[in-house]
Amino acid sequence: MTTGEQAVENVTQNMDLLRFATAGSVDDGKSTLIGRLLLDSKSIFEDQLEAVESSSQAKGYDYTDLALLTDGLRSEREQGITIDVAYRYFATPNRKFIIADTPGHIQYTRNMVTGASTADLGLVLVDARQGLTEQSRRHAVLLSLLRVPHLVLAINKMDLVDYSQEIYEKIHAEFKQFATKLNIPDLEVIPISALKGDNVVERSEHMPWYSGSTLLHHLEHVHVASDRDLVDVRFPVQYVVRPKSDDYHDYRGYAGQVAGGVLKPGDEVVVLPSGMTSKISKIDRFDEEIDEAFPPMSVTVHLEDDVDVSRGDMIARIKNAPKPAQDIDAMVCWMTNTPLRPRQKLAIKHTTRTGRTMVKDIQYRLDVNTLHRDQDATELELNEIGRVQLRTTVPLLCDPYSKNRTTGSFILIDEATGVTVGAGMINTGS
Amino acid sequence: MSAPPTHVDYQLSQLDQLEAESIHIFREVAAEFEKPVLMFSGGKDSIVMLRLAEKAFFPAKIPFPVLQVDTGLDFPEVLETRDRWVSRLGVNLVVASIDEAIEKGIVVDDGKTSRNRLQIGTLLNAIEENGFTAAFGGGRRDEEKARAKERVYSHRDEFGQWDPKNQRPELWSLYNGRLHEGEHMRIFPISNWTELDVWSYIAREGIEIPSIYFAHQRRVFERGGMLMTETPLNPCKDGEVAEERTVRFRTCGDITLTGCVESTASTVEEIIEEIAVARVTERGATRGDDKFSEAAMEDRKKEGYF
Repeated sequence: MTTGEQAVENVTQNMDLLRFATAGSVDDGKSTLIGRLLLDSKSIFEDQLEAVESSSQAKGYDYTDLALLTDGLRSEREQGITIDVAYRYFATPNRKFIIADTPGHIQYTRNMVTGASTADLGLVLVDARQGLTEQSRRHAVLLSLLRVPHLVLAINKMDLVDYSQEIYEKIHAEFKQFATKLNIPDLEVIPISALKGDNVVERSEHMPWYSGSTLLHHLEHVHVASDRDLVDVRFPVQYVVRPKSDDYHDYRGYAGQVAGGVLKPGDEVVVLPSGMTSKISKIDRFDEEIDEAFPPMSVTVHLEDDVDVSRGDMIARIKNAPKPAQDIDAMVCWMTNTPLRPRQKLAIKHTTRTGRTMVKDIQYRLDVNTLHRDQDATELELNEIGRVQLRTTVPLLCDPYSKNRTTGSFILIDEATGVTVGAGMINTGS
Repeated sequence: MSAPPTHVDYQLSQLDQLEAESIHIFREVAAEFEKPVLMFSGGKDSIVMLRLAEKAFFPAKIPFPVLQVDTGLDFPEVLETRDRWVSRLGVNLVVASIDEAIEKGIVVDDGKTSRNRLQIGTLLNAIEENGFTAAFGGGRRDEEKARAKERVYSHRDEFGQWDPKNQRPELWSLYNGRLHEGEHMRIFPISNWTELDVWSYIAREGIEIPSIYFAHQRRVFERGGMLMTETPLNPCKDGEVAEERTVRFRTCGDITLTGCVESTASTVEEIIEEIAVARVTERGATRGDDKFSEAAMEDRKKEGYF
């Protein structure tokens, strides 16, 4: 799809980026769909295709198993299943895509949460013959919980239901009804056949009743620029740049990635948690000075006054700053075999801040199938999500996750093993 | 609170987004790890890495050394470029030589094992000897299907091994760098870049890369479906005939294993045009070391390869 000339043009032009996470159960045809997107956008190379063809033959299949393209590990190929999130890439002339390919079963919640944490769009696949299953509902719930702003429900295997409009309408209506309980700001429902290629890249001749976009067209045109918070300035300080060289003797810059809002020289700002105020004197982006910085730019901010600023601090606007909080109310997804229990102590990483935390209370466990809140729950097991109260050793400079996915999220780390055991989304802090 | 700005769309191009993400990773590692090092081969990916590191800490110097595993079979053009970059940026260069490692008995050259494989022990020894706790690598997930599964922070145990089935979940941009004594982390800041992104960045930044990436005349011969360079280190075997052709390299590796492609692309722009319509991956075209088995890369990575 990309020609040489276009590619060179893209070097200088503003080609943008869409990250999406795929979901769907084992036999819904997810690997086939990804294979189809890669194949039809000419992102599969001949040597990769040849390797897959010869592996398929060696396994005695009479078709080319596109899933072999995506199952990268020896044990996955042996078992014919996907066991871990993988990231894949393809591009069309105006957009680059990063797919977080999450496995449909075992450890689904943990993997879905991982893949969805960075996604702009969630793609849920359902089998037209089965209609909505528990799994499709669960995936929609998780994507909504993770605040993935765009959702596509792809009703797959339309070829196996005679491209029936009635079936499409029925699943569409059922899902819309279910979605009213969730927070899904943008929903698109597309009837496809990943195997035959209907409405994936090319418009299907078999479904004249469908007037919407093809899947790829939708992925290419969905508007993601407005999903960022450009109002509330949030700049977690990551690293202090102090060259101490002759040329830059007095240089002292605060490096970090803008998490929200637009920063400009002259802005009056506050440094948290100290509460010291100053003014932005200049903003460097590497070797050039810039007029403004916005998410997700990595920049270096300079302040007029010589205030004490270090890693873990946050720069915000004086009248619009997060309150430092040590009591945190959050939804936590538990990711390890030993359950999460009250009184447990863990390390916590939030923006560039690291501290320790204690679990004060588990308020309820959320059943991601029924949205039922089990208030009698006393622990969270692997892949379970619950509302948890935490007390932290250092104040977190946080926002609700619904407002800012960067300042509203954290990870929990087991201090003995060093493993990431939990993912948290903040409701409120105090 | 002011109204959302409307006069511009505040949109970063995908290349700028990738750059911002990579720089965030470089700074995170420099802030949290005791002794990082950047693995530097002198090839295009590691040069892009060095450029990103330069930007991450500018105007301060890059706060960690670079480490090159000298296979003894590297292209001289690549080593020259390496030296120019190192001196321009004023970074310390640590060289881990396979020849020295053989001499010291750290790795064994049995005449059958490729130098690529001998890099593993040589590299792990250099990491251990120098006490490096984090090693940046230029690996990209688009290169290979095992790499598509690898995290940005890739945990290695005290033997340097990667356990693909037991990776830490990686959420948002919150990276977990916890280590036990003797363990280290491999860090891949350009995980989300594709080959085309790397070339686009080289073009945009006007980055100097080794001359072997551009079309030139070279004596080559065919072996195993690839075009190999004729050198005293890699002579023709029976039945192989070397001839002068116009070629360039898509990757820089061991001279005895790295093939080249016929090409007349002599500028970065021409290379981008060529890559954009290429139907074979860079590794498929030119890397003999990945052809040994379907899981060659995965197996090497488990042992500690980068």
